[in-house]
Amino acid sequence: MEVQKFYYDNRIVKAFLYATVFWALIGFIAGLAIALMLFYPELPEFFLGEHLKDSFGILSYGRWRMLHTNTVIFAFVGNVIFTGSYYSLQRLLKTRMFSDVLSWAHFWGWQLMIVLTWVTYILGINTSKEYAEHEWPIDILIAVVWIIYGINIIGTLFVRRVRHMYVAIWFFLGTWIAVLMLHIFNNLAMPIALNSLKSYSIYAGVQDALVQWWYGHNAVAFVLTTPILGLMYYYIPKASGRPVFSYKLSIIHFWSLIFVYIWAGPHHLMYTSLPGWAQMLGTVFSIMLIAPSWGGMLNGLLTLRGAWDKVRDDPILKFFVVAVTCYGMATFEGPMLATKTLNSIGHFTDWIIAHVHVGTLGWNGFMAFGVIYWLVKRLWNIRLYSNALANAHFWLGTLGIIFYVIPLYWGAVVQAEMWKEFKPDGTLMNKNFLDTVTAIVPFYKMRFIGGSLYLIGAFIMVYNLYRTVRMGHFIADEPAEVVALVKRSKKRNSGEKFHEWLERKPVQLTVLSLLTIAVGSAVEIIPTLVIKSNIATISSVKPYRALELEGRDLYIREGCNACHSQMVRPFRDEVVRYGEYSKAGEFVYDHPFLWGSKRTGPDLGREGGKSPSSWHFKHMYDPRSTSPGSIMPRYPWLMYRRLNTEATLAKMRTMIKLGVPYTDDDIAQAYKDIDVQASKIITSIYSESPDIKEQINEQQKREGKSFVPLEKREIIALIAYLQRIGTDIKALEVKTEQNR
Amino acid sequence: MDILLLMILASISLGLVFLIIFIINAKNRQFDDDESPALRILMDDSLSEKENKKNQIL
Repeated sequence: MEVQKFYYDNRIVKAFLYATVFWALIGFIAGLAIALMLFYPELPEFFLGEHLKDSFGILSYGRWRMLHTNTVIFAFVGNVIFTGSYYSLQRLLKTRMFSDVLSWAHFWGWQLMIVLTWVTYILGINTSKEYAEHEWPIDILIAVVWIIYGINIIGTLFVRRVRHMYVAIWFFLGTWIAVLMLHIFNNLAMPIALNSLKSYSIYAGVQDALVQWWYGHNAVAFVLTTPILGLMYYYIPKASGRPVFSYKLSIIHFWSLIFVYIWAGPHHLMYTSLPGWAQMLGTVFSIMLIAPSWGGMLNGLLTLRGAWDKVRDDPILKFFVVAVTCYGMATFEGPMLATKTLNSIGHFTDWIIAHVHVGTLGWNGFMAFGVIYWLVKRLWNIRLYSNALANAHFWLGTLGIIFYVIPLYWGAVVQAEMWKEFKPDGTLMNKNFLDTVTAIVPFYKMRFIGGSLYLIGAFIMVYNLYRTVRMGHFIADEPAEVVALVKRSKKRNSGEKFHEWLERKPVQLTVLSLLTIAVGSAVEIIPTLVIKSNIATISSVKPYRALELEGRDLYIREGCNACHSQMVRPFRDEVVRYGEYSKAGEFVYDHPFLWGSKRTGPDLGREGGKSPSSWHFKHMYDPRSTSPGSIMPRYPWLMYRRLNTEATLAKMRTMIKLGVPYTDDDIAQAYKDIDVQASKIITSIYSESPDIKEQINEQQKREGKSFVPLEKREIIALIAYLQRIGTDIKALEVKTEQNR
Repeated sequence: MDILLLMILASISLGLVFLIIFIINAKNRQFDDDESPALRILMDDSLSEKENKKNQIL
């Protein structure tokens, strides 16, 4: 019985903990900023004034929404996962982390990734795929850092001094494997050049949508749920001093969750052009998810049985109780929203925003706060500076969640009902989409109050942590000692079969299973890239013209899909409001798909030809000039910037590689075609609205040589794209006696 | 809709990987004891904490 003495590495835990707190504040402030813009769209002008037109949109809603979601998911929750797992893995496995070098490479690599995310998103460099907007070099960085994390975990397992792996470790391992696969599959994209940040998804249209939401849903599953459950199974017992209610149940919880979750993604695409049976598959598995989710939720709460008196006094346990309760609410609501009935009401509305915020503010946020307070006490070996302040944080946070979600639920139902309401004569009650937006603006204001309370709570936490850290003494290398694990022979014992030997080799086993996945994936994916897709093609659907393709990239750059869907669902009200419902065959050239997931503004799936080009021009310059009360951001820089067409040909060639049938002639004539289409749009703008012509002529006199002709500006490309969307099958409408 | 095939095969492969890991670990007696691991994590091995507790008692 050899007793070994060693040291736990607390420095890496401290680094991740600081990063968590820092990015939490940044992410919350970004969220509050976009919440404010939803009822005060003049916010960018408030800061920039006249310079808005030169700002290139760095304060624009579309870009800040993805900054908010990515910062809270990958920077706040990501860092707290690493904080919690680096602390608990060492204690659970009774060893220091496998490699300090890998730990620090992981830390700095991840923070670098977040900084690069901020720089690129603010500059409009993104792929448009939600929670995966990173362009390809950052995707590669994420994969590399993630693999470093994995090697560090598996290496630690290899040198562990406890043979049994506690359930929390299973959750971290499952997270690691699943995220690696999902990240790689969803981000398969072809750069237009190796020295360009621009890339196109290798999937198109409905296929891209399916992969994206398979990923998107599992980002919720394997970034926001399973690793946090790992934290729950370690930190709630530690904080309460009680063993988990049922260890057996926790094992069942892990394995059932991991098998069921991966199938639920299609519930994000209900009533879309996705085949019906795939939608049904998503619904069935989503409803099945209630069982493991609630089993785990109850397991967490019942861990506190007989310790409820402690909950009264300990703010940390209060955070955990509300967090687990929110997990229960969100995982009940999710399956309900995956049913066709509720989905037809909730989808595209703020209901979904409220739903995810129960999960993020409640479950993720409160788990994180509890873990942070608990760890600070341990790492600095001291009590909290103030329990009263921690309690204040708890109550402000809880009130914040309530003030956030209830107005949004309410507003969402109000808006959904307004969308669907018909007059007795069979026309829409609210023909103007804007009326359904202005009706819910009061709810947006209340939500802002909720978010502010939550942020104030977080600031109180920062102060409390600062004072606690100042009081305490940090233990960088915490000494520990345990009895060494009796080694089993590395070689095969006589009479031992190959598989029995393999079974006790975690590293070889992981490598072999990853190889299996890699080979399997290659076999599966290569045919889909090579073989022409068998989506029903529609002969009238043609690839985008060069100018439209450039316009589409501007649509992606500005994040238009954050607020505008391009998917008319087969409902009476949507067909009356927008036009013919969307067909899968319409999207075969859409790399990436731009269906969106939220209708803060109206659907654009049939936008082409609906409004005059001059209206689009004025509307993009100042939406409130054409639509009083609109909450859409202004895009004046599009009116001044020259469209960059240097990469047009490279973009078209990349599209050819991805299966879009551009001909050699299309490429040879591309620049000519851009001029032809642009001048046609200019002609219609000038004839519809001579005042624009006057202004442009004046500008030409004023600027002289530096003047950029209107037809060369970005706005024209965007209008070209908007006027194209959904028009390909309009010509197909069959003439019958009724519509003749 | 080849992509559905890809999704389903990828999901099944992932499920299979987890299944294999599960079976191997179950055979490895990883899940035999469903009582003591929950208690074991509550016992601390940190020397500084043990000393703290000693100091508190004294």
